[in-house]
Amino acid sequence: MSARTVTLKAGTHVLLAMGGVIMLLPFLWMVGTSLEQGGFSNYAEAWNKVPFGRYFLNTLLVTVLTVGGSLVTTALAAYSFGTMKYPGRDTLFLLFLSTMMVPQPVYLAPSYVILSKLGWIDTYLALIVPWTANVFSIFLLRQHFRTIPRSLYEAAILDGCSRFKFLWKVALPLSKSVIVTIILFNVIGSWNSFMWPLVVTHSEELRVLQVGLSYFNQEQTTNYQLLMAASTFCTMPLLLLFVAAQKRIVSSYARSGIK
Amino acid sequence: MHFTTIRSQAGRAVRLRDRLGPYLYIVPALIIVLSFRTIPIISSFLASFTEYDIGGFHGFVGFGNYARMLSDGRFWQSVLNTVFFVLGVVPASIMLPLLLAILLRGKLAGKTVYRTIYFLPVVTSAVAISVVWSWLFNPEAGPINRMLGLFGIEPLLWLREPTGVVEMLLGPLGVHPPGILAGPSLALVALMIVSIWKSIGYNTVLFLAGLENIPNTYYEASRLDGAGPWGTFRHITWPLLSPTTYYVLIMSTIVSFQTFALVYVMTPPPGGGPLGTTNVIVFYLFRKAFDRFDIGYASAISVFLFVVLLSLTLLQRRLAGRRVHY
Repeated sequence: MSARTVTLKAGTHVLLAMGGVIMLLPFLWMVGTSLEQGGFSNYAEAWNKVPFGRYFLNTLLVTVLTVGGSLVTTALAAYSFGTMKYPGRDTLFLLFLSTMMVPQPVYLAPSYVILSKLGWIDTYLALIVPWTANVFSIFLLRQHFRTIPRSLYEAAILDGCSRFKFLWKVALPLSKSVIVTIILFNVIGSWNSFMWPLVVTHSEELRVLQVGLSYFNQEQTTNYQLLMAASTFCTMPLLLLFVAAQKRIVSSYARSGIK
Repeated sequence: MHFTTIRSQAGRAVRLRDRLGPYLYIVPALIIVLSFRTIPIISSFLASFTEYDIGGFHGFVGFGNYARMLSDGRFWQSVLNTVFFVLGVVPASIMLPLLLAILLRGKLAGKTVYRTIYFLPVVTSAVAISVVWSWLFNPEAGPINRMLGLFGIEPLLWLREPTGVVEMLLGPLGVHPPGILAGPSLALVALMIVSIWKSIGYNTVLFLAGLENIPNTYYEASRLDGAGPWGTFRHITWPLLSPTTYYVLIMSTIVSFQTFALVYVMTPPPGGGPLGTTNVIVFYLFRKAFDRFDIGYASAISVFLFVVLLSLTLLQRRLAGRRVHY
């Protein structure tokens, strides 16, 4: 290696490391402050001050049911859009896609009115049902289903395989990678969602983690040890998931940008 | 009944099932999308022409809500704050990730470690991030002021500072820029910093994917031609990366136009920050809809938001259409 390359490499590492420290500092300060004056007892105190256990269970329940529900609706709809031919298909698909162009805040108020007409405000239904279909997931899986050769389908049908069985036994197993991507996106989205649960629930028993943490922040304005402890345990599950599956998650996000 | 009739009836049933089948597969998703996306979106548009508040539905008022927007000073303040925010966040969210991606390109020891670190804030919840940064920005004991103190810089109020940053810089020199020229408040700038910090990793990953699509032969050719790093960037990286840059530009604009959680948690209601200087459009919309339950007016604001985002996307597409190399 020439001296020039060595300097270039070293310079690259210095810049990246400096940037990395800036990215990490808030996390280090979060954990550091959470351990000041009292150490780990801050965690117990924060956990018990408000029902964080309940918030955790709520978040877990909502995440599992929305991700599970949207997987079912996604698989069925993507199968239809991606492999079948029928009148009105493209119009329907366009109707789905058009909703992706409208940001959530635009339809938040009418959604609230509709949910209150259904009597769902301040219930788990409001947290879960509206998110059991995800157009972006349908789009991703449809793109993948389109790459499955038609001949494979026809051969299976000739062998007496039903349309539904083909989805279950062939199409889905062939799409594991896309499905993992969809699950990861939906888990992260559901775990971190804030505006929707903030609007559609009022009672403490129905708070999810993010809403609970935001109220905790307003109540404990200056008790930074407790606030940092709570922030740490609220972010830990996803941070662990991320570190465990970072390659998968990063490449999923990278692919999400390629249209 | 004759045997063939039964068969043909069964055949018809099968054919009907085959023809209906594709639609049945869509039904579950369609019900959800219609009830919780399409209908609310259309209602939002319709409700913007009505008076609909805590007392119920009071009928159509034509463009009344839009007229009210024109004369609502707080609304325009929220528009101005949002424009400041977008103009501050978007360029940085393109330039910093682009630089990082170029540094990370190719074979580099520790690449995965760097990428993981830069990506951490992307998967962390905006609420937790806001709680942590509120502490970092704390004027009395927060780490940022303590660090600045080491360099002899006076403590700043950060999230509680309503003064415009241009005013803060030029004020001591005796220059007091009026109105908009005073710039975004320091509180809003603090929010921009957090927003940039949170989005750097995602955009870096997008740029990295874009860079890896550029064939290495281009770089080899440019090296043989004796091009320096700047020449290579100008004539190869930048033009060939333009589809990614364009995508990042549009997405960052759309996302930063809708900032809510950071504002809500770091500069909590009712205010929208010191003297309303962090009151952005979506925060204002949220307050109108859910604190005042002024659904008609809030809907008009959301239609405004949608129209602005749509026109920006179309405008960017038109402008970029001539420059983007696919």
